[in-house]
Amino acid sequence: MDVVILARLQFAITTVYHFFFVPLTLGLAVLVAIFETIYVKTGDETYKKMTKFWGKLFLINFAMGVVTGIVQEFQFGMNWSEYSRFMGDIFGAPLAIEALLAFYLESVFIGIWIFGWDKISKPLHAVVIWLVAIGSNISALWILVANSFMQKPVGYVLRNGRAEMDNFFALLGNGHVWVQWPHVFFSAVATAGFFVAGISAWHLLRQSDQLEVFKRSFRIGVLYATIGVVLSMLVGHSQAQYMTRIQPMKMAAAEALWETEDPAAMSLFTIGNEKERRDVFAIRVPGLLSFLAFNRFSGEVRGINDLQREYQITYGPGDYVPPVAISYWTFRIMVGAGMAMFALAAFGLWTAARKGVPENSLYLKLMFWAIALPYIANSAGWIFTEVGRQPWIVFGLQKTADAVSTSVGVGEVMFSLIAFTLVYGVLMVADVVLLRKFAGAGVPDDDATAAAPVGAV
Amino acid sequence: MDLNTLWFALIAVLFVGFFFLEGFDYGVGILHPFLGKNDTERRMIVNTIGPVWDGNEVWMITAGGAMFAAFPHWYATLFSGFYLALVLMLLALIVRGVAFEFRSKMDEPGWRTTWDWVIFFGSAIPALLWGVALANLIRGVPIDGNMNYVGGFFNLLNPYALIGGLASLTLFTLHGATFLTLKLGGGLEDRARVYAGVIWYPAVLFLFLFVAGTYWMTDVHERLGLDPGVVPTVAVLALFAGRWTISNRRDGWSFILTAISVVFATVTVFIALFPRVMVSSLDPDWSLTIYNAASSPYTLKVMSIVAGLLVPVVLVYQAWTYWIFRKRITPETHLHY
Repeated sequence: MDVVILARLQFAITTVYHFFFVPLTLGLAVLVAIFETIYVKTGDETYKKMTKFWGKLFLINFAMGVVTGIVQEFQFGMNWSEYSRFMGDIFGAPLAIEALLAFYLESVFIGIWIFGWDKISKPLHAVVIWLVAIGSNISALWILVANSFMQKPVGYVLRNGRAEMDNFFALLGNGHVWVQWPHVFFSAVATAGFFVAGISAWHLLRQSDQLEVFKRSFRIGVLYATIGVVLSMLVGHSQAQYMTRIQPMKMAAAEALWETEDPAAMSLFTIGNEKERRDVFAIRVPGLLSFLAFNRFSGEVRGINDLQREYQITYGPGDYVPPVAISYWTFRIMVGAGMAMFALAAFGLWTAARKGVPENSLYLKLMFWAIALPYIANSAGWIFTEVGRQPWIVFGLQKTADAVSTSVGVGEVMFSLIAFTLVYGVLMVADVVLLRKFAGAGVPDDDATAAAPVGAV
Repeated sequence: MDLNTLWFALIAVLFVGFFFLEGFDYGVGILHPFLGKNDTERRMIVNTIGPVWDGNEVWMITAGGAMFAAFPHWYATLFSGFYLALVLMLLALIVRGVAFEFRSKMDEPGWRTTWDWVIFFGSAIPALLWGVALANLIRGVPIDGNMNYVGGFFNLLNPYALIGGLASLTLFTLHGATFLTLKLGGGLEDRARVYAGVIWYPAVLFLFLFVAGTYWMTDVHERLGLDPGVVPTVAVLALFAGRWTISNRRDGWSFILTAISVVFATVTVFIALFPRVMVSSLDPDWSLTIYNAASSPYTLKVMSIVAGLLVPVVLVYQAWTYWIFRKRITPETHLHY
């Protein structure tokens, strides 16, 4: 096997796995901070119980996010050393800033939050979880500043055989950051909303003790989920339009649009022949793709074949078409999961507004299983945005095949790929075992809650 | 001082801070299954570092990020070159972090024992590998004219590097033991002191061998002369003095002395390196230096401003954590982990 394929596979596995935990951390940190703030402001014990119950699940998830993030900091050097040499002058800065500004913040204050319940005042303790939430989300911002450079390089000049930074603020002001970060943030909000609503639904079905905690959690959960899904979709729409401008090839691949069209039709279902670049079978809605790209039913959307010809003129001979089937299907999985989430969350919100909480057991069961939906959407979205950029690692500047470490052999990558996958698999089992235990155990009665801080057994 | 030198110094500071803080974390993790004779004791031991280990580990992440930002070639060559060693270290750190959080969340003895050993190996492996890595940095490794490491994994396991690894392993264990004499209560602190007294012997031996070996087996004596200078001498002398403080129950002093030893030993490594960041054993011209491995002046300037603004703030709030959790862990303490 080719070392580039192995290194890519390893990056994909470790990154998608890492991003299993990140969105819940980002979204749930804010939600737990809101619960604790309400508790401190009102003294309402139910909010304290909610803080502790969801806080415990948050911590289990947080630990997994932290440790799998360590690999991320080092694997650019490990497997992508040519990339690090070529881009390090620009790419290293956001990573270092992320560590200084965000990792210290979240890691130091999470310790204070877990261990500090009886050591610092209540308001200060609530401030501490806000700092964790802010730290986590700033961390997401800076890593997306880095990723946005790969999608749309800005603020650089080619000098001394590498890309050198010549405008730091251009990196931060990169338009791509400001469509990508909100999309990630609101997806994280949706993820946390579904997590909270789904587990609450399970307890509502079972009529668990402390039902008030779960009724309230469910209502807040679906509200939070709805906000997250709606805003994520709206921002996602602008992100797609932005992408059509800066990476038209990614959009063409997402739509399996072989030839340029005006007005462009949107595919609902395509079976294509990727080699010959043509449809075998397709159901398409006329004009809809133009509408998505430009908010009107006309407008030229360029197709794969035209773009390939253009890129060959600009960048020289080569294949500039990303894997179309993967782009097409991951894009649809993401959007489809998002739509299903919207339907479920909106229905829940509508019912909750009328009746307090839904009683329909089928819906509650669906909501439990729907915890998986944001995870599917998040993973598919990242696979789409990274695969759709291929063959580039940094669009227009460096190809993925040129970025891999030349001094790391196939055997070494094979070893690390297997080792990471096995260890991650085992940890996932332990993580799910613990989440099930604590999510299923419910909320202890009043005395026990008062005595046992978060993290205690 | 130019910005390249400043960033070399800053990365040295990050490693110094990292080894000072994470050094005792590793030591606590290594001692944990032995020092703790039952579950309560083991929980007490883990809880001494519970609130701080995560923040301590960020020093390493930041050092990695700073290397990437300031010396991308150092970052690229080191981590692709020491690939398998780094994979082992990362795996160890991953399972170790999870172990702290997960260990006490289930009651089954099998679950807890498993995580106890994960904590042990997750701490011992990095403690050993850091010494191996730093020793190889100053000893020199095969780096070709394109800044690529061409040596393979077993090249890293030479006698000098292994002495370096054993020195860091034993020194961190001792550092952890003196930390525990300050943080534990209920009689466990006395046991920690006994352990410190025992580990002192190999720690002194390996640190001395490492410092001596640095003069014997690397080019340091040619470059800096035979007089070792103040820094390595202090590292060794502080450790010698630790014998007396440990025996006389001067626990605060024992911790300060092991800390000094860790700090000065780390500084020794960076002095031996400067102005190189990785030494090529094939051709001195192929060594990576703070100039040929560096980022552009503009990036260094930006990063200097960022670091100047942020580092002091980080130091303040991290110090505050140690203040909040300054009390000893006793059997009566509520154990969160």
